Amino acid sequence: MTSDKPDGSGTGGTPDVAGTAETPSRSGAPAGAPVASEGPGGFEGGPAGPAEGAPGAVGASSVAADRVSVEAVSCTGLAHAFGETRAVDGLDLAVREGEVFGLLGPNGAGKTTAIRCITTLLPVPAGMVRVFGHDAAKERMAVRRLLGYVPQQLSADSALTGRENVALFARVFDVPRRERAARVTQALAAVGLADAADRLAGTYSGGMVRRLELAQALVSAPRLLILDEPTIGLDPIARTGVWEHINAVRAATGMTVLVTTHYMDEADQYCDRVGLMHRGRVRALGTPTALRHGLAERRGADRLPTLEDVFRDVAGSGLDDHSGGGFRDVRSTRRTARRVG
Amino acid sequence: MSEAPAAPRAASADGSTGDGIALLLTPPVPRAGWRVLPARVIAMCAVELQKLRHDRTELYTRAVQPALWLLIFGQTFTRIRAIPTGGVPYIDYLAPGIIAQSAMFIAIFYGIQIIWERDAGILNKLLVTPTPRSALITGKAFAAGVKSLVQAVVVIVIAALLGVALTWNPLKLLGVALAVVLASVFFSCLSMTIAGIVLSRDRLMGFGQAITMPLFFGSNALYPVSVMPGWLQAVSKVNPLSYQVDALRGLLLGTPAHLAADFAVLTVAAAAGITAASALLGRLAR
Repeated sequence: MTSDKPDGSGTGGTPDVAGTAETPSRSGAPAGAPVASEGPGGFEGGPAGPAEGAPGAVGASSVAADRVSVEAVSCTGLAHAFGETRAVDGLDLAVREGEVFGLLGPNGAGKTTAIRCITTLLPVPAGMVRVFGHDAAKERMAVRRLLGYVPQQLSADSALTGRENVALFARVFDVPRRERAARVTQALAAVGLADAADRLAGTYSGGMVRRLELAQALVSAPRLLILDEPTIGLDPIARTGVWEHINAVRAATGMTVLVTTHYMDEADQYCDRVGLMHRGRVRALGTPTALRHGLAERRGADRLPTLEDVFRDVAGSGLDDHSGGGFRDVRSTRRTARRVG
Repeated sequence: MSEAPAAPRAASADGSTGDGIALLLTPPVPRAGWRVLPARVIAMCAVELQKLRHDRTELYTRAVQPALWLLIFGQTFTRIRAIPTGGVPYIDYLAPGIIAQSAMFIAIFYGIQIIWERDAGILNKLLVTPTPRSALITGKAFAAGVKSLVQAVVVIVIAALLGVALTWNPLKLLGVALAVVLASVFFSCLSMTIAGIVLSRDRLMGFGQAITMPLFFGSNALYPVSVMPGWLQAVSKVNPLSYQVDALRGLLLGTPAHLAADFAVLTVAAAAGITAASALLGRLAR
């Protein structure tokens, strides 16, 4: 059941990290009402097998100490160009273990390209990308084993049932046959799709497809969950639902979450820290609260600025000319929106 | 669904209840070395069979054309006796060719599915799993092989209903299955290779239409190589479909065939196809 590799299992140390690490603004608060019970409730039972039952002092903290120097994601000087367009241009980024980190920016800011470098989909032509210490250019398989990835498009296979969609990912992550069915069931239940599991994914609503994709990513127990625009094209209620499930799962597993979005309000509400990206680089970094208060102090405004104000401040006047992405970007966004309905 | 009680359920966390997420806290132990490839092939084939189970429309609609070939072309040319078949009725001679053709049609349009999966983000997601590109392509190619095999079974049944005297020797039928799968691996890889070059569904459709008929007519599916003009014989010599048809004819009808050479050519072609398609998969990932 437990992995023999000391760093392979996210079990022992994770509760400690989620609890005590620097997640002051977030811990628990919005992990909110509807699904909170299955999060922590299910979790208490979890580590009883491997280690010392309740989120224990000794074992957990020693594991955490091993890891304290390793960041979930670190990019240094990452650059990637498509022809003349320098999509990512000297990106420096550090995502701490256990946090929800939001990478924000308009279409064309380079978020998706950065994500694709981190997920090993694109090569790393310049700079260095590490995921939990593994070089994304050289140790691709090791990096992929740590990742759960939800791309921007609605990527569940509409010709398969929800259960079959998740089972495929259990198979390709080498979940042994004897625990495959149980694992798939747990992943589906964790995102609230237990009742719809045996319907074709083609009959799901946009929000359900997103949650199904979340289950696909969760079935391999990733240490880092990467979500590219998880709520794009969804209605407000579905958006909230997706975020609540992300938070519940995060609270229960202690995994790190790296999310891109251009919805500033979501980032403000759900992210521990955010990086504001513009023209291929992170231009501002910090907790949403700190960024907003920082701008308030500089401006001396009587009203607390929103994260969007912070972004306008950072991006400056060039925002209107250079943002908006290319044709392909907009097209893929539209396609996603269409599939969402 | 989400009414998991707050009480710890440590002992019963074997997932039988479906509650809790105990299993989701432990990453699975990775398979290593040679065991990765068969596992991925099985995973992709399982998906293909699941899809066929949910929607058999394609299976039925794709059975129409081979049925017409056998029914109209086969019966007519059996009466005309224009084509030297070495003593067997023409419809019998034709049946293995039509089986091979219908399997090839399935495989050659498989690249369209890859492009669709790319546009839908499914391909990217699979590429972020611990699956080497060659294993992903091999898995997809064998999935196409399984799909073609199901189609081939349908055509074999149609042929049998039309009175074609086919073998029922299980060993020979196993050989037929192997030939169909190997050839489909090659043709689907050819299709995925073209997909990796043209990167668009419409262009791939065009290429698919453009090559299927030349491959079909430039083979021994409809007539023996001996009646072809010299240049067409040369085409037939480098056309894997000819080797597939030769093997199917030998196995199903018992006509003289070069089984060893046929299977050797099909195996080499399949391996070359997998190599080419894997090399171009990176282009689809961008």
